Amino acid sequence: MAQAVPAGQKWWSGGKSPFHVEYGKLMMWFFLMSDAFTFGALLISYGTIRMSSNAWPNPNEVFKTFPIIGEMPVPLAFVSLMTFILIMSSVTMVLAVGAGHNNDRKAVLKWLFWTIIGGLAFLSCQAWEWTHLHMEGAWWGRNPFMNIDGTQSSSNFTNFFFTITGFHGFHVFSGVIVNIIMFIMTWKGTFERKGHYLMIEKAGLYWHFVDLVWVFVFTCFYLL
Amino acid sequence: MDSATAVQHTQHSDKHSFDTRIIWRTFWVLTAITVFELFIAILYYETDFLPKHILNGVFIIMTLAKAFFIIAEFMHLRHEIKNMIMVLAVPALLFIWFVIAFMGDGVSYRHLRNRYDRYQYEQSKTPVKKAEKPEAKKPGVE
Repeated sequence: MAQAVPAGQKWWSGGKSPFHVEYGKLMMWFFLMSDAFTFGALLISYGTIRMSSNAWPNPNEVFKTFPIIGEMPVPLAFVSLMTFILIMSSVTMVLAVGAGHNNDRKAVLKWLFWTIIGGLAFLSCQAWEWTHLHMEGAWWGRNPFMNIDGTQSSSNFTNFFFTITGFHGFHVFSGVIVNIIMFIMTWKGTFERKGHYLMIEKAGLYWHFVDLVWVFVFTCFYLL
Repeated sequence: MDSATAVQHTQHSDKHSFDTRIIWRTFWVLTAITVFELFIAILYYETDFLPKHILNGVFIIMTLAKAFFIIAEFMHLRHEIKNMIMVLAVPALLFIWFVIAFMGDGVSYRHLRNRYDRYQYEQSKTPVKKAEKPEAKKPGVE
C-alpha cells in the first residue's frame, strides 16, 4: 500500500523528489543501506568462519545465565529480555514519530523519554552480559568454552561475538545520544518553531535500524 | 525547505498510515515470533526434537519475517511510494549473492582443509578431557 498520490504523477520530470520524501530522510535511508552492508559483512564473515570450522560452541550452554537468579540455567532468557526491550523501545520511537506528525510536543517528549530509557536498559543488559562473560574468561583472543561435541574451540567464537555485539552496542549508544539530542531540541521547542518534527523521523529510522540489526545478531549468535 | 513542508502536508492528509493500532499489532507479531523462536530453541536444547538443520531454516525464515515487519511498519517503508521502495530493495538483493557466495566459500574451505590437513582434522575430532579443560578463571579474578 503506497502513499496516496495523484494517479499519473510524473516523478522523474523534475521539480520534485522522485522518491517523495524529504532530502534528509532519503540520505538517512542511504546511510542505513551502507551500514546494513557493514553489518552484513561482519555477520557474513562470522558465518564463513563458522562454516569452515568442524565444530562450534553451543549458544544454549554459553548464554544461559540470568542476573540475580545466578547459576540456574535458563538458556537464552536474558538475551530474549534484551530483544524484548529493544522491540519495545522501537514501538515507543514509532509513537514519538507519530506524535510528531500531530505536532504534539508533549507526547513526543513522553515517547522519546521512554525510548531513551529503553536504549539505556538495553546497554545496561549488554554491559552485564559482557562483564559476566569476561568473568568466565571469555574475551577477544580467549575462549573458555568447549565446542558442542566436546572438542577444543578456537577464539574465533569470542572474537566475532565481542566484535559484532560491541559494534552493535556502539550503534545503540550513538542512537541513545541522538535521541537525547532530539529530546533536548523538542524540549527547547526547536521543532515547534520549525513547524515540523521531521528530524525525529530521521532519528527514528536510525533507531529502528539498530533494532533490525539486533534481530539478525540475535539469530546468528544465539539461535543458530 | 519547500520540499520538506510539501512532504509534511501530504503526510498530514495521510495520517491514517500512522495508525497506532497497526504499530501495536506489529509489536505483538514481533514479540510472538521471538517467543516462539525461544520456545523451539529451548525445546531443542532439552529434547533434540528436530534435526538442527531444519531448525536453523525455521530460525532464518522467522528472522526474515521480523526484519520485514520492522522495515515495512516501524520504518514505514511499506507506505512510501514505489520509487522509494525500489531504490532500497534492489540494492538489498546483493545480500542474496553475498550470503550464498561466502557460506559456500566457508564450506569449501572446511572440506579442503579436512582432506589435506589431516593433523588439523584429527585434532578437531579429539574431545578435550575434562581435566584438561583450561581454567576459565583469569588471574586476579576470584
